[in-house]
Amino acid sequence: MNELLDPLLLARWQFGLTTVYHFLFVPLTIGLASTAAVFQTAWYRTGKAEYLRITRFFGGIFLINFAMGVVTGIVQEFQFGMNWSEYSRYVGDVFGAPLALEGLLAFFFEATFIGLWIFGWDKLPRGLHLATIWCVAIGSIVSAYFIIAANAFMQNPVGFQINEEKGRAELVDIGALLTNPVALAAFPHTIAASFMVAAGLVISAAAWHLARNQHLDTMRPALKFGLWVMVGSGILTTLFGDQLSLAMVATQPMKMAAAEATYDTVCGADASFSIFTLGTPDGSTELFSIRVPYLLSFLSTHTFDGCVEGINDLQAQYQELFGPGDYTPIIWVTYWSFRWMIGLGLAHVLVAVVGLWLTRKGRLPEQRWIWTIAIWSFPLSLAAMIVGWVFTEMGRQPWIVFSQMFTESAVSPNVTGLEVLISLIAFTLVYGALAVVEVRLVIRAIKKGPPEVGEPDPETGRHEPATTVY
Amino acid sequence: MDLTVLWFWIVAFLFVGYFVLDGFDFGVGMSLPFLGKDDIDRRVLINTIGPVWDLNETWVIVAGAALFAAFPEWYATLFSGFYLALLLILLALIARGVSFEYRHQRPESQWKAWFDRMIIVGSAVPALLWGVAFANIVQGVPLDADHNFTGSLFDLLNPYALLGGLTTLLLFFTHGVVFVSLKTEGELRERARRLAARAGVITIVVAAVFLVWTGLAHGGLWFWILAAVSAVALIAGWLANARGSEGVAFTLLAVTVAAAVFALFASLFPDVMPASNDPANSLTIVNASSSTYTLTVMSWVALVSLPLVLLYQGWTYWVFRKRVTRASIEAAVH
Repeated sequence: MNELLDPLLLARWQFGLTTVYHFLFVPLTIGLASTAAVFQTAWYRTGKAEYLRITRFFGGIFLINFAMGVVTGIVQEFQFGMNWSEYSRYVGDVFGAPLALEGLLAFFFEATFIGLWIFGWDKLPRGLHLATIWCVAIGSIVSAYFIIAANAFMQNPVGFQINEEKGRAELVDIGALLTNPVALAAFPHTIAASFMVAAGLVISAAAWHLARNQHLDTMRPALKFGLWVMVGSGILTTLFGDQLSLAMVATQPMKMAAAEATYDTVCGADASFSIFTLGTPDGSTELFSIRVPYLLSFLSTHTFDGCVEGINDLQAQYQELFGPGDYTPIIWVTYWSFRWMIGLGLAHVLVAVVGLWLTRKGRLPEQRWIWTIAIWSFPLSLAAMIVGWVFTEMGRQPWIVFSQMFTESAVSPNVTGLEVLISLIAFTLVYGALAVVEVRLVIRAIKKGPPEVGEPDPETGRHEPATTVY
Repeated sequence: MDLTVLWFWIVAFLFVGYFVLDGFDFGVGMSLPFLGKDDIDRRVLINTIGPVWDLNETWVIVAGAALFAAFPEWYATLFSGFYLALLLILLALIARGVSFEYRHQRPESQWKAWFDRMIIVGSAVPALLWGVAFANIVQGVPLDADHNFTGSLFDLLNPYALLGGLTTLLLFFTHGVVFVSLKTEGELRERARRLAARAGVITIVVAAVFLVWTGLAHGGLWFWILAAVSAVALIAGWLANARGSEGVAFTLLAVTVAAAVFALFASLFPDVMPASNDPANSLTIVNASSSTYTLTVMSWVALVSLPLVLLYQGWTYWVFRKRVTRASIEAAVH
């Protein structure tokens, strides 16, 4: 019973659960806003009805999705104070600033222009209306920058000083905080991955219709767009992910060691990367593994004769630096989440390249299984993104702010286990119920296909966009 | 000016913005069972706030972030201390927000009825609980030497705080109904005007009791001045509504809410969370605030960005200035 009511464990589960849930909507908002902006621009420039229909089709899915992103985001901001008050007191001076900047500079902007875009079709001149969706796209990306800068502080704290008298961290260099090397790599990595998720949705939706040989006029260009974006953003995600792992080795070597489950420091050919391991990956009971020699050395140092520090050596170093304790994250979580992220990510690029080949010069493959693979692009690209964040955050443990504060010291001391249990159950039930509704509505909207837009005005040759109402 | 004082008033301003704007959203949501006779009426009501509820709600996110950044101790004490109350507010805001989106996705009347209920409850709960929370802040709550709240949810549900909650509930309701009369036409507009007149009377009585109680227990000169402004604006707003000047009535009620919230902040100053058990444990603008460097950086950003925010949000309201009619809902595709 006592373990069930451990406020720390419950608060961690709640934060993990609500964050993963919130993050199902974030990459879609970022990626789909830009997707809608691109197609609306194409319509603006060419006047072709297909582009307007594609815009409104993906715009409709974007709208089902965005309210969930907004309301689950409020939970995230409140939770730092509700469940992690000691954290808020200790680093609020530093960590609060990027959140406040995000709100003032990006979030207001995004929220205002979303309303203008949804309801402004018949109220704004066409050019101005087009500008509003670009504002939403830009706002969502700027917003992501501040959030990632805040997160990067937890991974690699910079730009601060400890005020001994007040017993807290204080910001001394906002420039350093906002140009944290981890943020500079994590931001483009995350944005490119968000475009992969949006491309995944576009591919899935288009494949569903093309497999049934319907809506060819709109779904063919949509598929082509999705495949190209998937390839392009997949390559960018990989390149920036590589930069991020260099920054990670430099700042959080334990995370890289945990990603590979390397217990002893290894160099050169021995610094191999295991693609697959059978047995418990704790180094002692490995039964079978497929290994690529030199690859871990290359990933960590960009050289083939580099050395990668092992968990045991780092553990010893940290005990000397920070005192006795266990400084190792949960290895099976980091090991497998790292592999699933990379594996799923690369598989999507491969599928998209093959897809471009199969659909070259207007061809459409007949085999049902090819389309089935394409339809799975969306859930699997989202899964790749989620396991990536699970890796990042679980690999940071036992720290909440690396080298500065332990997660266990950050929890609110006056919130009881029972209270957290109540909120955890409440969030689980509400989020679960809404997930069922959300998924059904998205599938329904996809199956319904792109809306008709009628005939263009005979005088101007332009479509009059319909009024949007709730 | 001392930056902690500046930020105390910026935080006050952001909460004022939130209560003025999302306050009438809550009122519109709560008015569904009173004014929404059929589905078209209910859709008209929801669409009066359709394009703006999200930007209105964003004010609480920015207010919360500003509180976190400028007064981390205040943020930590308040949010961990009022844990279950804030949980209820969050769940209500989730229910309300998704319902706006989901309600019109399917034609079945049962489906719509579900989301109507969620909008009503999701609007009423925060309208009540924000008042309870702020009344408790003004009244003071038990805090230990580390500024951690030592009471429970039931300590927060005291008579004074519940009166505060009832006051915000009624104020937001009346403000929302006046907004409906400003944004609709015909019969609905007339019914909204009559409902606002009736609700306004109760609001005036309850708000008067709350403001006098607050003033006698916690008020200084500035509190009484702002409370007087609030009271005069409320009565003038009621009269304007009775005369049928909807725009004037809406503006005066916005002044009422703004002045009342500023009055509460004025009664706090320079405390931010007074401790009811021992004044030595109180959080003040000095011991709760961030460093001068952080406040300086944020001051620049806030002073540049807030005027722009007001400008583009004001423009949005202007774009959507037209009344929402039954005909426009019936003509729409969905």
